Amino acid sequence: MRGLAARHAAAVAVTAFAVLPIVFVVSAALDPIGTLNSATLVPRGAGFGNAVKLFTTTPFWTWYRNSLVVSGLTAALSVAVSALAAYAFSRFRFAGRRAGLVSLLVIQAFPQFLAIVPLYVIFSAISDNWPEFGLDSVWGVVLLYIGGQVGVNTWLIKGFFDSIPKELDDAMLIDGCSHTQAFRRVVLPLAAPVLAISGLLVFIATINEFLIASVFLTGDDARTLAVGLFGLLADQRNANFGMFAVGTLLTAIPTVAVFQFLQRYIVHGLTAGAVKG
Amino acid sequence: MTVTHGSGLRPGRHGSPSGSGGAASGGGGARSGAGRSRTTGPGSTAATLGRVLALGLIVGVALWAAAPLVSAGNRLGVGIVAVVTAAALYVYLSPRRLPAKYLLPTTLLLLAFQVFPVLYTMSLALTNVGDGHLGTKQEAIAAIEASSVRREAGSAEYRLTVAEQGGALVFLLADPARRRAYAGTADGLREIGGATFGPGGRVTAADGYTVLTPAQAAARGEEIGSLSVPVDGGAIRAQGLTRAYEGRATLAYDADCDCVKGGNRVWRADDEHGRFTAPDGGALPQGWKVGVGWANLTAAVTNPKINTHFLGVFAWNLFYAVAVVGLTAALGVAAALVLHHPRMRGVRIYRTLIVLPYAMPAFAMLLVWRDMFNTDFGLVNRLLGLDVDWLGTPLTARASVLLVQLWLGFPYMFLVATGALQTIPAEYLEAAQVDGASAWQRFRTITLPLLLLALAPLLVSSFAFNFNNFNGVFLVTAGGPFPSDNPTVGATDLLITYTFRLAFGQQGAQYGLASAISIYVYLIVAVISVAGFRRTRAFKEVR
Repeated sequence: MRGLAARHAAAVAVTAFAVLPIVFVVSAALDPIGTLNSATLVPRGAGFGNAVKLFTTTPFWTWYRNSLVVSGLTAALSVAVSALAAYAFSRFRFAGRRAGLVSLLVIQAFPQFLAIVPLYVIFSAISDNWPEFGLDSVWGVVLLYIGGQVGVNTWLIKGFFDSIPKELDDAMLIDGCSHTQAFRRVVLPLAAPVLAISGLLVFIATINEFLIASVFLTGDDARTLAVGLFGLLADQRNANFGMFAVGTLLTAIPTVAVFQFLQRYIVHGLTAGAVKG
Repeated sequence: MTVTHGSGLRPGRHGSPSGSGGAASGGGGARSGAGRSRTTGPGSTAATLGRVLALGLIVGVALWAAAPLVSAGNRLGVGIVAVVTAAALYVYLSPRRLPAKYLLPTTLLLLAFQVFPVLYTMSLALTNVGDGHLGTKQEAIAAIEASSVRREAGSAEYRLTVAEQGGALVFLLADPARRRAYAGTADGLREIGGATFGPGGRVTAADGYTVLTPAQAAARGEEIGSLSVPVDGGAIRAQGLTRAYEGRATLAYDADCDCVKGGNRVWRADDEHGRFTAPDGGALPQGWKVGVGWANLTAAVTNPKINTHFLGVFAWNLFYAVAVVGLTAALGVAAALVLHHPRMRGVRIYRTLIVLPYAMPAFAMLLVWRDMFNTDFGLVNRLLGLDVDWLGTPLTARASVLLVQLWLGFPYMFLVATGALQTIPAEYLEAAQVDGASAWQRFRTITLPLLLLALAPLLVSSFAFNFNNFNGVFLVTAGGPFPSDNPTVGATDLLITYTFRLAFGQQGAQYGLASAISIYVYLIVAVISVAGFRRTRAFKEVR
């Protein structure tokens, strides 16, 4: 029984460590004064003043919409593109397959934002010719993010495809289906867990991405949550803290929603490898 | 290219039940076979339809993409579009079962946004590009001459109206004595007709130009101040927002001696370093981009001013990544073990709460943590009743960034460890217990090895991620605290934040050196990824 009590004590300690900063954010969001030095762990009062201020003085919902669109599109498209490539690597045998896999691994090791000067040059040229995909455009950044994510995802998904017995699609082929059909009707449904987990990871990584967004999405209408909220603190670090806290909590909602939505697929995919930061 | 009809010919469809392989081969290459395809096997109509759609889509996108390039006369761009289009047409219209059908989108995205930037970065690493060394020698000379323009007594003066044309700034200049109007841009000066003059002789309107309001002009003041309109032997520059004067360049380039002369001084071109230097060693601020060979790459290792930083940062970087992986895994596994007990209650609540940090947006929580460490009104000091400048001294700042990353990272490890624990068969542990193993022995010889097996891939990817965890450091400490004698390297700097500051910091951009260091970072991470991949594969084979 003593052991159980010790377990509870340890569990409470870990839980407190995990939860305290979040409690702090919630209190700061509700705090009527809404500054950093007024924020306490236990709110002294509750009000929606910070929320109202956030919605009226900043284009918060525009940021929110941009973040959702950018992250959602990036997640969906990069999973789709990666799944195609993963299928080829997993099921086809062709010259250069091994070399392709190794170069994927090596290429994606380059942190994309280190090349921000070349990327800026590329996007300036794109802006001149196709402004829809250039600077300050959602589509341009989405393409850029997909390019940066697709290598990792291909590896992740390919690993899972390899674990799906090849006999299943062979059976489909014998029954007269094309490869495309085998892919769509057998491999993809069975791979739902890994597709869900890589979609979730891309979504989280993208909604948290700050650096590239801060360089490429500077227009008032194009900013994402990361850029917009960072700007709030950069302007008035102390005074805007309450608004920032409200924004933080609202930003957590899509992540949790996506997680909930994908959860039933995720149970198996979770160990496939991922980090957060 | 013939668009072959995709029925039984495809090698991918071995043993189609209709046995049409031979029959359909006669119709191969004929699009008119679409009707028959319905009988030759499932998916054929769809395949043909898909191919037609693909053809339309590819051609449509190609035309859309090529149009602006053609009108701009960009031959290289048109060439690239043509090559990509040809590749896409070949791949998607071919009836053969090509892996390229699945690989092309990935390949194109990687080439454009990963491979090309890396190669570009490598080429930058071989130059001195950065502030003061951005363009060509010609551009540097033009900049030197333009910025040396000084007003001389009795030089021409104009009434200035600031306007724009297609977003670019234009000076509408009125010569009051002769009632003539000119339009001046960075390209030069030309006379315009059809201008309306207002009181005071200023141009108030001109065809094709949008006159800026005083407020608009004031907002672009910096741009206006730096625009100089080249004219013979000098340039026209703005003085305030309503006047402009023609000045003489005090510095001039002399092609005979490949030098810049002005007053009685001479700056000779130094083509090795891309700048004009005087005999006394002084150099003009405007230089140009030149190749410096391996200088940047070797400087990172051999230049004592840089390499002490580089090695110090590298050592801390390595420690940081290892420590984050170790700490998050230890706490995650410990928490999972604590909750893994048959008689433990409230497990679901604990789990939900412990996973919460994972749901919070990391970028925002990093900033929250930064403010919680604030000396004066941070939560940490207030809760503990301390007055510690957490982010102000090297040791506490390093501890802080580790703590923050522990908080962000351990829930995921916890989640995975929880899952892995449930897959360890209870029989193993019972058998060990029967054999008289103590609780610690059971954990060390059974649970831990099996847990590590499940966590191994995650540990490797976590290491690779944290090795380059830009946000985790930049948003909390921005690399600081910095020693008072050296503002370029802070105590918590990772290679990646250090590089970022080199490239975009206040000291002036040094893209060349920054690119060289990013190549080193890249090589390190690439080696780690490949080695890690080998290792996890080894683990899999064990299993």
